[in-house]
Amino acid sequence: MTRFKSPDPPFPVDWPSRFDVLEKQAKDPAIKAFYQAGSVPGDTPLKQVPFLALDLETTGLNPQTDAIISVGFIPMYHDRILCGGARHWVVRPDQNRSDIQTVIHGITHSRMDACPRFDTILPQLLKAMAGHVVVAHYSRIEQEFLCKAVAELTGDDLEFPIVDTMEIESRKHPVFRPNLFQRWMGEKNSPSLRLAHARERYNLPPYRPHHALTDALAAAELFLAQIKDQFTVDTPISALLYPQPLKT
Amino acid sequence: MEIELVEIRDHLCSHPPFRNLPRHVVNDLVPQIEVSYYQAGTMILEKGQDNHHLFFIRSGAVEILRSSGELYIQMGEGECFGQFSLLRKKKVRYPARAIEDSLLYKIPDAPFQELADTYDRFADFMEEEHSVRLKNALGRSGQASRNPLMISKIHKLIPRKIVTASPDISIQQAAVIMTQNRVSSLVLVPDDPEQDPSPVTGLITDRDLRKRAIVPGLPLSTPVREIMSTNVITLQAEAYAFEAMLTMMRHNLHHLPVLDENRPIGVITVADLVRYESHGSVYLVGDIFRQNDVDGLADMAPKIRQLFIQLVNEDANSHTIGAAVSRMGISISQRLLQLGEKELGPPPVPYCLLALGSMARDEMTLVTDQDNAFVMDDTFDPEAHAPYFKALAQFLSDGLNRCGYPYCTGDIMATHSRWRQPVSVWKTYFSDWIDHPDPEALLHASIFFDLEGIFGETGLAGQLKQLILEKAPKNPRFLACLARNALLRKPPLGFFRKFVLEHDGKHHKTFNLKRRGSAPISDLARVHALACGAVPINTRERLLRVKETSLLAEGVGDDLLDAFELICMVRIRHQARQAESGAVVDNDVIPESLSSFERNHLKDAFQIVSQAQSFLRYRYNVSPAMQTGVRSGQK
Repeated sequence: MTRFKSPDPPFPVDWPSRFDVLEKQAKDPAIKAFYQAGSVPGDTPLKQVPFLALDLETTGLNPQTDAIISVGFIPMYHDRILCGGARHWVVRPDQNRSDIQTVIHGITHSRMDACPRFDTILPQLLKAMAGHVVVAHYSRIEQEFLCKAVAELTGDDLEFPIVDTMEIESRKHPVFRPNLFQRWMGEKNSPSLRLAHARERYNLPPYRPHHALTDALAAAELFLAQIKDQFTVDTPISALLYPQPLKT
Repeated sequence: MEIELVEIRDHLCSHPPFRNLPRHVVNDLVPQIEVSYYQAGTMILEKGQDNHHLFFIRSGAVEILRSSGELYIQMGEGECFGQFSLLRKKKVRYPARAIEDSLLYKIPDAPFQELADTYDRFADFMEEEHSVRLKNALGRSGQASRNPLMISKIHKLIPRKIVTASPDISIQQAAVIMTQNRVSSLVLVPDDPEQDPSPVTGLITDRDLRKRAIVPGLPLSTPVREIMSTNVITLQAEAYAFEAMLTMMRHNLHHLPVLDENRPIGVITVADLVRYESHGSVYLVGDIFRQNDVDGLADMAPKIRQLFIQLVNEDANSHTIGAAVSRMGISISQRLLQLGEKELGPPPVPYCLLALGSMARDEMTLVTDQDNAFVMDDTFDPEAHAPYFKALAQFLSDGLNRCGYPYCTGDIMATHSRWRQPVSVWKTYFSDWIDHPDPEALLHASIFFDLEGIFGETGLAGQLKQLILEKAPKNPRFLACLARNALLRKPPLGFFRKFVLEHDGKHHKTFNLKRRGSAPISDLARVHALACGAVPINTRERLLRVKETSLLAEGVGDDLLDAFELICMVRIRHQARQAESGAVVDNDVIPESLSSFERNHLKDAFQIVSQAQSFLRYRYNVSPAMQTGVRSGQK
């Protein structure tokens, strides 16, 4: 498949104008509509930003060889999570079944046959994402797999502003691995940034892992706690966005 | 719609009142919920603001303050707040503040009102104050409902028609009647009720005929009156089976005539009761009295432990368990003194063994050290008689220690010469404690004023009880000091799954459920009982008596009774679990080891105790500067 590859956007990204550019390039009507909904300007205070906590469960970490198997999301604001907007789908991967683990996180092949393919849920996902800033823990998975899937289905690029709760956690606890001498001096590894461990530090309850919606909810709650801990309602959204330019 | 937020749905469904709602109702509720997070120290609801949500604590802890800013209650995971402003459609009166980082589920007003309108139990739960919830919990959990001993009225247990006769028949005639009717006992009733109004003149059993007639070789024509047991202990037909069990244990009886008003209607035998219980506790007392040495008595300890576990497993209430276990302790003490007198000879002057503390109150559990004292007749001559009682006290104390009742760490034992005195000396002790309530006096009063004479000349103990009843109610200063002392042991302020929150803000992993739970209620009950001159020693009976007076506000007595029952049962079950697993038995409870039912209701119970303590302070004019006991004691 040949497709137009847009150059990497400069950083920090001016998302509203970036969305204008992408909208013009997009061919698929659903993708076009997504960009048309626009993006919040970088100086928007947190209290005015609608967020969508999103989690994808995949068969592995490589978007080239692995597939999306479930999608969960839940909308939120800086101070509350809205359970009414929560959705969850188990999706049927497109790849040759034998390449994929027989049982992925409790989802068996026979059950999966009854599930929709990713292309049938994509419109609903895009609709939910429209106008929202995405929140995810370790957002590389969500970005890369979504871009790959959208590119394959439509040939269009999918880029969107994202807040990564793991990256925000790493600002508070920069990764530090002491050498032998430092260890001898009593220094310790920086605390784990994994979702469950980060949540524990904020007195958030333990959840069963590997359910896309539960993980989205877990990230959303972690984000509520991080906002209270490290930001104010007037902090501009640009201060929270994932700092890396998007790559497909 | 397939339920998507399973974490939220499942969590709601594991806590009342949502647990009792139909599953589909909770499923429909979940999408209406908003989730919010509050950092420790931040306000959730301010006084006077509008409230639009019911708050459910998913994790963390929240405190509710009174309008005055004083702490009202603390809540943890699984509890709700905010319902009162929703139900009354009023502004918030009691503000709420997070005391830990907390994750809250917010249920909007509209679905909340709909649930309250549709489901009575949901509405009731939301309206109930802690005391009501505790009362219902005691009833609903069926804690006292499965055990037939607890729920059967004694008249239902009477297996056959009563057989009565005149006490003037011959022993042969008695044997004929008993054989013809196939009964093992015969109730002898007065010929002429006009002359003798007592319902039962005497009782005779197969065993009496054998031991008192055949063995001594009495003529068959001997009137049965000459060998019958008199002063027969009876029970009213409306009593429960467990009361029959306790009565038989207390008096070591095998036959118990049952009266309807004043008319004998049947006889309950040990065998009738044993069909309803598996532990044979009625036989255990008899076994104790059949032991001929301390070794034999020491072998009874595992059986008492077994009895305790079985009573717990059969859902007996704390009153029954406490009374049964105390009865075993009393029987062992009595048998030890019988054995002691056999070894040392008969006592030179009359004396009485005093049971003190939990044994006297009929509230013993598996963790009890010995508290005892001797009261001698005033003919006691120290020169001549002291060595005898010293030796007897040593025999008793060592024996009790062998039988699993360790020596008292506070030295409240008859082996101490101070606690082995003639009754006139005891009277000066008691008067002095009441007149000069210094810390030591108060400590002693709280131990010795719960007293029961259990062996020997019990009239001596009666004299001491009488003195307390007459003197204590007239002495407001003593009562105020005792009340002040009763405030020293407080229930925990907050109570969560993983820890107890103390008044100084510290978190503790365990807490002593006797010192922090049942003892504060016993202390409260003692102060009120002494103030109104109530005779009972048992905490439950004291509260029942105090309830009748104007000392407590309407309903408070019942609340305290419920709280006491719940705390005692949690403590007893804790000990039973330890005993069953062979662990060392204690009163130190880890909150996480309790069921959520126990945790939630303990919290309600503690709340009731706290309020009753505040009231005590006010009722007896306790001033902070008052001279008080330094310690509240381990008793």
